[in-house]
Amino acid sequence: MVNKATKPTDDLIGHDAWNIQLDKNGHLKHFLTTEGLGTDILTQILDTAESFADINEKSVKKVPLLRGKTIVNLFFEASTRTRTTFELAAKRLSADVLNINISTSATSKGETLLDTLQNIQAMHCDMFVVRHCDSGAAHYIANHVAPNISVINAGDGSHAHPTQAMLDMFTIRRKKGANFGNLRVAIVGDILHSRVARSQIHAFNNLNTGEVRVIAPKTLLPVDIENMGVNVFHDLNAGIKDADVVIMLRLQKERMQGALLPSEQEYFNLYGLTEEKLKAAKSDVIVMHPGPINRGVEIDSTVADGKHSVILDQVSYGIAVRMAVMTITLGREKQAGDNE
Amino acid sequence: MNDLLIKNVRLIDPANKIDQVSDIHIENGKISAIESAGSISSNENIQQLDASNLTAIPGIVDCCARLREPGLEHKATIRSETIAATQAGITTLCCPPDTDPVIDEPAVVELINQKAAKTGHSHIVTLGALTSGLNGLHLSEMYALQQAGCVGLSNARQPIESSLILKRAFAYAATFDIRVFIEPDEHSLSRGGCAHEGKIATRLGLKGIPVSAETIAIGRALELIAETGVSAHFGRISSAAGIEMIKRAKNEQLNITTDVSAHQLHLTEQDISSFNSTCHVIPPLRSQRDMEALQRAVADNTIDAICSDHQPHDIDAKQAPFASTEPGISALETMLPLCLRLSQNTSLDLPTVINKITRAPANILGLDAGTTAVGATADICIFDEAEDWQLSEDSIKSSGKNTPFPGWNFQGRVKHTIIDGRLLFSD
Repeated sequence: MVNKATKPTDDLIGHDAWNIQLDKNGHLKHFLTTEGLGTDILTQILDTAESFADINEKSVKKVPLLRGKTIVNLFFEASTRTRTTFELAAKRLSADVLNINISTSATSKGETLLDTLQNIQAMHCDMFVVRHCDSGAAHYIANHVAPNISVINAGDGSHAHPTQAMLDMFTIRRKKGANFGNLRVAIVGDILHSRVARSQIHAFNNLNTGEVRVIAPKTLLPVDIENMGVNVFHDLNAGIKDADVVIMLRLQKERMQGALLPSEQEYFNLYGLTEEKLKAAKSDVIVMHPGPINRGVEIDSTVADGKHSVILDQVSYGIAVRMAVMTITLGREKQAGDNE
Repeated sequence: MNDLLIKNVRLIDPANKIDQVSDIHIENGKISAIESAGSISSNENIQQLDASNLTAIPGIVDCCARLREPGLEHKATIRSETIAATQAGITTLCCPPDTDPVIDEPAVVELINQKAAKTGHSHIVTLGALTSGLNGLHLSEMYALQQAGCVGLSNARQPIESSLILKRAFAYAATFDIRVFIEPDEHSLSRGGCAHEGKIATRLGLKGIPVSAETIAIGRALELIAETGVSAHFGRISSAAGIEMIKRAKNEQLNITTDVSAHQLHLTEQDISSFNSTCHVIPPLRSQRDMEALQRAVADNTIDAICSDHQPHDIDAKQAPFASTEPGISALETMLPLCLRLSQNTSLDLPTVINKITRAPANILGLDAGTTAVGATADICIFDEAEDWQLSEDSIKSSGKNTPFPGWNFQGRVKHTIIDGRLLFSD
């Protein structure tokens, strides 16, 4: 019999998760994940953020790039810091901002995520900034919004947190220069549950970083993580040896419950970053943390507040990076460089 | 009155080792004669169906299809799904007991039987609950369920945590020669998971279900089957490792059979990489290597039967981020097309594949179906092997439109379905 039965081409049955964020001209329409984005787009985000970084240091911190635009912060999961920086970023671009916090219990009362979305969409907005506890939520929303709306992922489950990853890249570029090929980077901690780590790994690899390492006990590493382009270490000392950048991840207290770890004490002894342990890294190493910090669990206070720490820089650069992503996805980045 | 003469049809009946162009004579709902084409003289009083260039097989027996009634009628009903099944050439459906109420007492069996009889399309048989309310704690009234017509017992995907209770359930079922149907799943390993624990789940940040959730459950069940002597069926195997265990047990002459769902022979974890919720199924789509092992197991008879694992859903059930969607595929209408595709794309010959959806599942369910032997109930599916077509969502007859297969091109399409000698569908 003739071999007739065929599977349709990929664009018929769906795309890889990252494809929908580009419009047909290859322009960034939604920002959902750092996966599958070329060096050009990631560099464009960093360069645009650079043009905003100075604005944030001036006394009048406002530019009119998004005047008349409405940005909705749609948070299905509690967040203070991320939501605040998105809000500040939008306001500094002169956009109107609406904050909507939807506890998951409200959506479980019968209104589906789609209902919620359509209701808010009817208010004629231009952008959704979304945080949700389910992996893939931002993709789902991007697939269902009206074509004129951009979606920015502010964290979905364990999948992605791309603006956090990009502000980390921005911080590294400022501290270490633009050539990521020379860098050895170590990410330490709960990789299994971390959307930040996944987005960082894709961003590092798409910026052609020299080496990306992950360091954790086997219970906190997802299977086949090597497949994402990282080298795996279980020993902190070996893992951060000669590192240029050490990124510590937050350890959620509830990880003790599911038998992932025996105790905070043992975790700190093995994987907590102290000044003593940091000596294995390069002498000019920078230490990063997406926050909020658990002092004495994953990082010692002397390191968090010490000379290698760039943790507070990360927070302030977060605004510039989010301004950049908002301008680019709404197609206003051309004017960004022209501002006083 | 129910007489029908099907003429010039290529009859493939693996149960009787027939593959030739034939005339089939049906009287009073039974097959009364099968002769080579042209040898049954036509009589003007008999309804005739010229099936030249078409292929007839015994009506398809689907050993696992959820019809959603009773309990979830907003998803589908016995009526909607038996009509869809008829049009897909499926003449017998076996329902697992996880309805609401659970099939754990004769009244529920009777209710389903009455609804099926009233609709008058595909036959329905039921599996009774292995434990009362599927609670994993108390034995159901197995003998009463058997008397009510249940063809076997199952706890569906509900856990029986205690190995002691599982052993006693097997032993009690063995007392009455009732076959137990196992969907192997170690709950503590699969709970909360929605994708194969592997590179794709890692990338997408989805909670994985490891292969060990299947193999540990198979291992425990095999030990207890050996000790109790119960005859057992393993359904919806998804992994290469699971297949290996079953193959070894079969070599040791254990009284077991197994099935796989048709979609597991065609899809892999790669298909969820766009968070495509229509590919959210439990057990999850696994690796390419697993899928190829399942295909080989169909060929070497480690897998006895192929089922649809039909799970129709309302639209809302799939309208959410991946992990929050309900698992399952509306699969009746792609069951035969996917099986034909398997034969077209691999070295598997057509009669072998047809056997896996006709006589083999009928044997597992203990039914006198899946055969066109003279005297057998005249349940027949007639399809056009050559017709090329593309599945579209609009063409789906099931109430559940949740399928990942729209846009797929298939070759071979059902043209007529005969149930109890009645021509119930013609395209």
